[in-house]
Amino acid sequence: MYTASDLRKGLKVIIDNEPYIVTAFEFSKPGKGQALYRTKLRNMITGLTIDRTFREGDSFEPASLEERAMQFLYKQGDQYHFMDNESYEQIVINEESLGDAKNFLIENLNVEVLLFRDRAIGVELPNFVNLRVIKTEPWVRGDTSKADFKPATLETGYVLRVPPFIEEGELITVDTRSGEFSKRVKE
Amino acid sequence: MAGNWSLAKRKKILQQRARIVQEIRRFFIETGYLEVETPHRIPSPAPESHIDAIPSDMWFLQTSPELCMKRMVAAGYEKIFQICRCWREKERGSLHLPEFSLLEWYRAGGDYHSLMEECEGLIRFATRAIGLSEKIVFRSHEIDLSRPWERISVNEAFRRYSKTSMTRALEQNLFDEAMVQEIEPNLGVDRPMFLYDYPAQRGALARLKPEDPAVAERFELYIGGLELANGFSELIDPAEQRERFRIENKNRQSFDKTVYSMPEKFLAELHNMPPSSGIALGVDRLVMIFLDVETIDDVVAFTPEEL
Repeated sequence: MYTASDLRKGLKVIIDNEPYIVTAFEFSKPGKGQALYRTKLRNMITGLTIDRTFREGDSFEPASLEERAMQFLYKQGDQYHFMDNESYEQIVINEESLGDAKNFLIENLNVEVLLFRDRAIGVELPNFVNLRVIKTEPWVRGDTSKADFKPATLETGYVLRVPPFIEEGELITVDTRSGEFSKRVKE
Repeated sequence: MAGNWSLAKRKKILQQRARIVQEIRRFFIETGYLEVETPHRIPSPAPESHIDAIPSDMWFLQTSPELCMKRMVAAGYEKIFQICRCWREKERGSLHLPEFSLLEWYRAGGDYHSLMEECEGLIRFATRAIGLSEKIVFRSHEIDLSRPWERISVNEAFRRYSKTSMTRALEQNLFDEAMVQEIEPNLGVDRPMFLYDYPAQRGALARLKPEDPAVAERFELYIGGLELANGFSELIDPAEQRERFRIENKNRQSFDKTVYSMPEKFLAELHNMPPSSGIALGVDRLVMIFLDVETIDDVVAFTPEEL
């Protein structure tokens, strides 16, 4: 059993008999009042997101999902194809169910596919994934007036903030839990 | 390039944070306050329903320096301030750290309305001193710090911003939800706002309003939707204070929370305390507002997760 203070981004819980994943989480506490946990929860089957506010004493069942090691093969429209590493069976997951994971899926990436009652409903990524920067502004050396960050587009189309010294074509490590830049990869 | 990127990128913010804290000190020193230090580790915090202390070798880490500072006021220290670390169990979010910095000040004489004025004075002084204009930008919204700042009662805030009334919200036990979801996002958006006269049960150490004992003379300052400071006219009647603590502890017991021992030394000295007012202001949040920083993580050197 989880209680409200265990809530965090990425936690999977059963609500009204369906598996949900916490996609946004905010801790609030009005002065002298009680702790409130405001969440956005994505239904892991339908992909629909709901808002729920919980109190300190609330508790939930963890959503027990089966995980199977698979490899991401390719994307076709909004369909993402994976292959089971043991049985070589192929499965398809649609973009909605993938949520933010789609930002980090590169071909041949090993992931854990999540199954709820035998149905593939999402993937669990490695915490760190290396992705190539395909577009970013060049860094003007010695220009200290520049901001601490600049936007960069990755090969998956995902846009994030990177330090100014990162250049186009470079490989960087991204923390898939926060979606943030982690480090530059030396090739 | 430095290895710890998230720490290195905060350098400018931490430099400015240091300046803000220095200017806060200067404000109080110039207005005749004495800077004090009281113990961080105490036998027991003031019992309040929803504030939980972190245990520390049979005692607790302070949730605020309130009890010690009031004992000083009662002993004749008429104007005191302190900037210190406080700890509150399980409080963690984009506006909360379990260990955070609090500015607390007390003065003999004056009530919560005069404290609101002083609060305006402090924040306006600090903005000028660090070179900010009267119009600051926080979360892409301009906030005008020129006087006067708006003051509205909690009752009025419910009328303006909530689908329900304060009385109904209290009856249905939905006061906090209404506050967080409907009311707070509207407070202090264009200019700072004081929200005052809280339901009596929401101010365990505040004086009740003589003409309306259903409300406590307590206020909160909001800037840009953020709750920044909590102040009140101090309750100085020891018998009433004891009873209020007893009720708070009873609530704690019903929530299955630690019941805190009665702060007997504080209660014994409270009768010496002149009519006073006191306030606590979140330093981390003030830095967030002044420097337009989105999360509290980015105004401290280390969050607990980074240790």
